[in-house]
Amino acid sequence: MTKLQSKALTTSDEFAANRAAHLEALGIVAEAAATATQGGGERSRDRHVSRGKMLPRERVANLLDPGSPFLEVGATAAHDMYDNAAPSAGVIAGIGRVMGQEVMVVCNDATVKGGTYFPMTVKKHLRAQEIAEQCELPCIYLVDSGGANLPQQDEVFPDRDHFGRIFYNQANMSAKGIPQIAVVMGSCTAGGAYVPAMSDVTIIVKEQGTIFLAGPPLVKAATGEVVSAEDLGGGDVHTRLSGVADYLAEDDAHALALARRAVESLNRGKPQTVQWQASEEPAYDPEEILGVVPAGLRTPYDIREVIARTVDGSRFDEFKPRFGETLVTGFAHVKGCPVGIVANNGVLYSESAVKGAHFIELCAQRGIPLVFLQNITGFMVGRKYEAEGIARHGAKMVTAVATAKVPKITMLVGGSFGAGNYGMAGRAYSPRFLWSWPNSRISVMGGEQAAGVLATVKRDAIERQGGEWSADEEAAFKQPTLDMFEHQSHPLYASARLWDDGIIDPRKTRDVLALSLSASLCAPIEETKFGVFRM
Amino acid sequence: MFNKILIANRGEIACRVMETARNMGVKTVAVYSDADALSKHVAMADEAVHIGGSAPAESYLKGDVIIAAAKETGAQAIHPGYGFLSENPDFVDAVEKAGLTFIGPSADAIRKMGLKDAAKVLMEEAGVPVVPGYHGANQDADFLAAEAVKIGYPVLIKAVAGGGGKGMRLVEVPKDFADALASAQGEATTAFGNPDVLIEKYILQPRHIEVQVFGDGTHAVHLFERDCSLQRRHQKVIEEAPAPGMTADVREAMGMAGVRAAEAIGYKGAGTVEFIVDGANGLRTDGFWFMEMNTRLQVEHPVTEAITGVDLVGWQLRVAAGESLPASQDELAIFGHSFEVRLYAEDVPKGFLPATGTLSHLSFPDGARSDSGVRAGDTISPFYDPMIAKIITHGPTRAVALSRMRTALAETQVGGTVTNLAFLGALCDHDGFADGQVDTGLIARDLDTLVQEVAPTAAQIGWAGMAALGLHEATQTEEGFNLWGPLARSVTLTHGEDDHAIKVMMDGESKADILVGDTSVRATRIGGGWHLDGKRAAPVSVSEGKVSLFARYGMEFDVIDPLVVEIDAGAAGNVISAPMPGLVKAIFAEAGQEVKEGDRLAILEAMKMEHSLLAARDGVIAEVLAHAGDQVQEGAALIQLVEEAEEAAA
Repeated sequence: MTKLQSKALTTSDEFAANRAAHLEALGIVAEAAATATQGGGERSRDRHVSRGKMLPRERVANLLDPGSPFLEVGATAAHDMYDNAAPSAGVIAGIGRVMGQEVMVVCNDATVKGGTYFPMTVKKHLRAQEIAEQCELPCIYLVDSGGANLPQQDEVFPDRDHFGRIFYNQANMSAKGIPQIAVVMGSCTAGGAYVPAMSDVTIIVKEQGTIFLAGPPLVKAATGEVVSAEDLGGGDVHTRLSGVADYLAEDDAHALALARRAVESLNRGKPQTVQWQASEEPAYDPEEILGVVPAGLRTPYDIREVIARTVDGSRFDEFKPRFGETLVTGFAHVKGCPVGIVANNGVLYSESAVKGAHFIELCAQRGIPLVFLQNITGFMVGRKYEAEGIARHGAKMVTAVATAKVPKITMLVGGSFGAGNYGMAGRAYSPRFLWSWPNSRISVMGGEQAAGVLATVKRDAIERQGGEWSADEEAAFKQPTLDMFEHQSHPLYASARLWDDGIIDPRKTRDVLALSLSASLCAPIEETKFGVFRM
Repeated sequence: MFNKILIANRGEIACRVMETARNMGVKTVAVYSDADALSKHVAMADEAVHIGGSAPAESYLKGDVIIAAAKETGAQAIHPGYGFLSENPDFVDAVEKAGLTFIGPSADAIRKMGLKDAAKVLMEEAGVPVVPGYHGANQDADFLAAEAVKIGYPVLIKAVAGGGGKGMRLVEVPKDFADALASAQGEATTAFGNPDVLIEKYILQPRHIEVQVFGDGTHAVHLFERDCSLQRRHQKVIEEAPAPGMTADVREAMGMAGVRAAEAIGYKGAGTVEFIVDGANGLRTDGFWFMEMNTRLQVEHPVTEAITGVDLVGWQLRVAAGESLPASQDELAIFGHSFEVRLYAEDVPKGFLPATGTLSHLSFPDGARSDSGVRAGDTISPFYDPMIAKIITHGPTRAVALSRMRTALAETQVGGTVTNLAFLGALCDHDGFADGQVDTGLIARDLDTLVQEVAPTAAQIGWAGMAALGLHEATQTEEGFNLWGPLARSVTLTHGEDDHAIKVMMDGESKADILVGDTSVRATRIGGGWHLDGKRAAPVSVSEGKVSLFARYGMEFDVIDPLVVEIDAGAAGNVISAPMPGLVKAIFAEAGQEVKEGDRLAILEAMKMEHSLLAARDGVIAEVLAHAGDQVQEGAALIQLVEEAEEAAA
């Protein structure tokens, strides 16, 4: 393979300016993430700890192997939603290692509204399960939740992808042999009671975990029976009498150690998938990504500068380099894992789309995971391009992306606009993981274009009626649209709604890709059967 | 020279002898007990013979079995090492009777030195000074006073039947003698029913200096002296050669006294003549007295080897094989200075209690000689002396040799058991010792400061915590990766009596913040090695539930396993009830009886089987609610224990 030669000047003013701008964008996200990791604020954390419970992140840490990486999913979910009442959507989710095996951890944060499920909590829990199901990762639920957030019951209870789907997923994952383990470390009320009940193995903490379909107040209202929470559904009851739980733990630390022991006896291993090779650091420092990528999305740059700082030895076997040059395709390794990279280097033309489809076919044929580096304003527009059938060519790429069964990992490194998002494995194309850089923007089209379209329609209407529309009036008309697009296309807005799996520090791109690939390769690679390509 | 010898010993001395034998092309046979089957000396030997049970009386003291082993393996000679059978003349006779060579002195020489009083007489005759004193039957006060003057003040009056200081008086000037004698005799009468006393010269600042001698049965040479004054309860702790403050005159006088002692008994092989020396005002040619002779190779022989360049075991083999003395007196000289420390598995803070355990880790520094009979993974068993090793340093001057010893101790790593390393280190740092002001009372006088424990620092505790979590070495890819902030992994360690709660926040592969209680420590990996708050982390060794940190002569931490918790049976343990319907066959409890957890309290016969019902906790029986012969239902209460709160109140 050929080693890429970077043309970046790391001592230039431009490099420094880019870096400063990226660090600023990163700072905003880091601050949001820091707030989210604090959960429900100091008072409720103190109250939680005073009951002898570990804080949720501590629970995750003590479940995982010491030093295990933690690939957190949806860290800033529900950011700026619900009046910021649900940091991290009240649940921590992510992939880590337990006894050397990759697992999906879903941990309620009882310091956030008692761990109750907001609509985004449900969405995040389901997204974690979806990842686990696709990657065949054992699921460990650290349960401490009062169930559905009652004021929002209409948005968490009735629909297909609402609360009930959690248990549907548990049953179906268990049926596929994906282990389901629950550790009851607090409340597990009503529907929540089914998390432990539907698990393969359940551990409950003595005088702390409770499982019941109806809590003491509801029991009293319904039948007049007066009973304490512990006597109704405590650890002793469930491990000795009801059999709803299997192991009684003395405290959080003991419970987590029992969960680790449960993982030890799963008798699972990673399937044989790709040909791994020894990992090798890139020849160019990933730290330089911040300087080589322009701060603004409007400035074009060579995506190979990013690839050179991401792949093993900066070596890249570029496929079809002289054809459809706005799409860069080629083979490389990320920490020893072979990957096919599909990366934007400008707007997509017919040739680029066809080349992309061809390359995806190659990877699917060979069982090589795909990495999409997405920085796309869309497919080329105009009479010439419509006439040559760019929609037909674009459709080939979209078909290939949609039906390729090799793991796909998408990284939004710049713009993600319009149909380009589809061709480059946007969320709707179910990549195993989709991560965003802080400088990325996502929307159906650019704000400028959207405002322009609306203004053109308006101007046509005014002028058809013989009216006049001044440039100032037009600017004033366009501003709200511009503002809305600017706000809604920000990665924090996107990530809050789980349009992605999280925002990442661009310097960690290589690590995140490696962990995403490793998790994805816990499942065997299915054979691909492509749909009809419009020729 | 012999073709093959058997070493009738174990541990470091067996290994030591084998090393020289191997160098000389002599094959070796080891003997071993049950406990030593996998030990180092067995592994080192060309052949090994099992000789019996773990207790020494069942193996290493069984002369006949050992001699049979030698015959069977074709060994021509037996090296006894030290201890065990090394000074047993009957064994020597048996060896020789079996047609084998004993590598050591004759039975006759051993016997002569074995009887202490007879030996002293013999030595006096040979012109070797012995401690002046009167041990006779004449108890007349004036006679005794005259003897005291003859001995020279100060003197010690001791009860003949004495012990524990009773009936003992120190007399510094003649005018006090009469009163002291009367009170000593009175006390002796009360304590032992025997007023008889003896009188000895009192040595103000006694030092233990011994002379290494070597004979071929006729002639002997000396290999200078060793100072073994640093003792704790008569056990040597640090030995050195030459003795501090030794002059050429005194050395000559002591050395020749040693030679005379050896020649007087026709000594063959390596031996040691021990002297008690008055160290009060510098060493004098008339200030040393014969104590006893050890008719064997001494534990501390390596310091002599270090300063003379002689391999004493090599000499032993050559002389035993019939060669004459390998060197004459004027061919022997002293080069520099040497120290030896005895490293033991012992719990110093608990009064030097011998410790046992498996050595999870063992390494000795380069630049020092270490004689050890154990390896990493070996067990210090309760059957034998818990010595781990002798560490020997050598240098051109005493200061350099001592400084090398300090470094060697700091770099010695023993994991899996507590040791006296810190105590040895404190001794090496002792100002008086460094100045050469040694006497046998030094350790006892300064014991409190010498055994003072140094509490581990937060950085050391934190580092032990990281090691307990396996984070001290790179073990996995993407270690410590996180998107927006590290996770805090907890671990609890015990050191001595203290519990330490530690949280480790790994942030990437090369950075971690460690929280030890409220103190924060920053760990950074630089070029593969961890640093704590900028300082290089101490070496650690981790094994099953234990962390050994090699700083300040080693610290042992126990890792608390969260899986090992007692689930409190709580209220459920108060009542022993029938687990199923059945017939009460027997009840073994009555009200007021104290029971222990696990005690059988009743038998229930059900489903054709007898089920024992056990006490779920320690406690007192409050009431027996069923009788033998009763048919009971599932869940029926049979025996009630007194509530724990009531018990505590009672």
